[in-house]
Amino acid sequence: MGRGAFERILVAAAALAAVAAAVLFLRAPDPEAGAPGRGGYALTATDGSTFTEASLEGHPSAVFFGFTHCPDICPTTLGEIGTWREELGAEARDLRFWFVTVDPERDSVDGLRDYLSWSPGVTGAGGTRAEVDEALAAFRVYARKVPLSDGGYTMDHSSFVMLFDRDGRFVRNIGYREETGSAVAKLRALIGAGAG
Amino acid sequence: MSNLLRAGMAAALVLSSPLCARAHEGHDHGAAAATATAPAEALSVARGFTRATRPGAPVAGGFMVITNATGRDDRLVGARSPAAGVTQLHEMAMAEGVMRMRELAQGLPIPAGATVALRPGGYHVMFMDLKAPLVEGARIEVTLTFERAGEVTVPLAVLAPDAEDFPGAGE
Ligand SMILES: [Cu+2]
Repeated sequence: MGRGAFERILVAAAALAAVAAAVLFLRAPDPEAGAPGRGGYALTATDGSTFTEASLEGHPSAVFFGFTHCPDICPTTLGEIGTWREELGAEARDLRFWFVTVDPERDSVDGLRDYLSWSPGVTGAGGTRAEVDEALAAFRVYARKVPLSDGGYTMDHSSFVMLFDRDGRFVRNIGYREETGSAVAKLRALIGAGAG
Repeated sequence: MSNLLRAGMAAALVLSSPLCARAHEGHDHGAAAATATAPAEALSVARGFTRATRPGAPVAGGFMVITNATGRDDRLVGARSPAAGVTQLHEMAMAEGVMRMRELAQGLPIPAGATVALRPGGYHVMFMDLKAPLVEGARIEVTLTFERAGEVTVPLAVLAPDAEDFPGAGE
């Protein structure tokens, strides 16, 4: 290989590296866009409002995904939410809880309202399959139909409660059956952040 | 708490241990104990409960502790209940934050000498198409079918919607 050819390769390699760096720089994500909870979803809420990314702004929020044909984790988590609200008392004033169905084929918004009527402070949200799928994608929540032998089905789904700050930014999760003290501490920190 | 209730709970606790099953054979365990015992050296089912359903929820889990004192391996292969249109045997498993529920296609092995717990978050009897909401304080019946022991009918106490275990059954 001649000296000229070698130089040309070096120059080409340097140019490629510069382009790659530029592409990486340009693609560095906007901290808001694409974050969990951000997106163009719009669901019908049980309080008559529309659940969108703007619903997560102006107050701390906790969002949970479930369905009414759920024998265990949904009733358990709703029970835990009741316990957390009791422990927090007046501190929980502006903390909003959302229960988004992963099973809109069986969960109407009216059905969700009934189901949640024992859970003050928790608002349900539902819609068409496509609308719910858009919300699931925005929250990066997993949900999948699993057939049962009687012809029915159940849903596999993410079991955590997602916490968002007053600016609608995802902070962290509370895990399924997380110890009450730990869950309440996370909520207290969420409420305290940016309060005032 | 009434003495009867207390005695019933004590009996339910004692009966969850296979060693004690014989000593308590034939006693009246009290209405609240939700306990059924087959003859000694048999299969016993204790601490049976389900949970009150929220409005519109058509499903519920059935939970209990099954002790096999027969000396021979057995297997829970089916269940039915007048309270539900469909009753199945299920298992829950958590993986990477996702809860999955599956039918136990091969049933649930109850090995000789073993005590197998059906509890929230794990094995359960799955009641679907409930004929009526389950109300706290009521009870329902479930008939379990075992490969060897045959059919065993037990009552399940309907506890709070988020009950984790039979009262007084802390471990
Ligand atoms: Cu199940």
